[in-house]
Amino acid sequence: MTLGELADSLGFEILTGDINLKREIKSGYVSDLLSDVIANIEMDSVWITIQRHINILGVAKLKDVAAIIIPRNLQLDKDVIEKAKEENIAILRDSRSAFEIAGLIYNALKKGM
Amino acid sequence: MLNDSFRFTPHITLEFKIGEKDFFIAGESASRVKKTLQQLGMKQEIIKRTAIIIYEAAMNVAIHANHGTLKVYIDPEVISIITEDKGPGIPDIELAMKEGYSTASHEVREMGFGAGMGLPNIKQCSDELDIDTKVGVGTTLKAKICLNNKV
Repeated sequence: MTLGELADSLGFEILTGDINLKREIKSGYVSDLLSDVIANIEMDSVWITIQRHINILGVAKLKDVAAIIIPRNLQLDKDVIEKAKEENIAILRDSRSAFEIAGLIYNALKKGM
Repeated sequence: MLNDSFRFTPHITLEFKIGEKDFFIAGESASRVKKTLQQLGMKQEIIKRTAIIIYEAAMNVAIHANHGTLKVYIDPEVISIITEDKGPGIPDIELAMKEGYSTASHEVREMGFGAGMGLPNIKQCSDELDIDTKVGVGTTLKAKICLNNKV
């Protein structure tokens, strides 16, 4: 399932335009501890976190994360969105909690397989 | 005496300066070394381990020290990652190696750093790890990944 299909079927808000929408998504990870993400996120994943400072992009870039998903419609700086575009990292947002978003993505990916 | 493999595999040195709370360079340095290793055609598993060590070691300098350097030496047989910093040093290394233990400030923790996973992550990813530290002076960390080692 591509990021675009996932965002579309679950109604996520896309903050970074077309970036990575055609990328295939295989897994996801939920964590707000950067060391945990660095050590454990898998390839072709989306990363659900409430962290919204610029350094999440360093982690995402290093681990080649397809998209960062921000729960509870939390706000983030325009600078972070601009930098994400430069680094080719998608940022998505949704009104639901990290728990709900993770559950929905898990089921969508399971069905997609 | 020069070994044959040495003649054909490049020796590469990469160096980065890390300032206090300069989190961006830590992420950036790991990404840049990762790219170099990919260009050299290194195995995915080696790249992953190297990137984690660099990210965590550079982050430790950014979080705890006043300033420092990160040097990465890529040789045919070994990748060496060395951070040298001027800073508070580590009073109790054994404690610092424990997962979950951290002396990072509240502010830094709120950003998702300082989870107490840095040194344990580095240890897990290295074949050799050596930490030389002096309280009030600074810390030198040397981590090695052996390229011919089956892990």
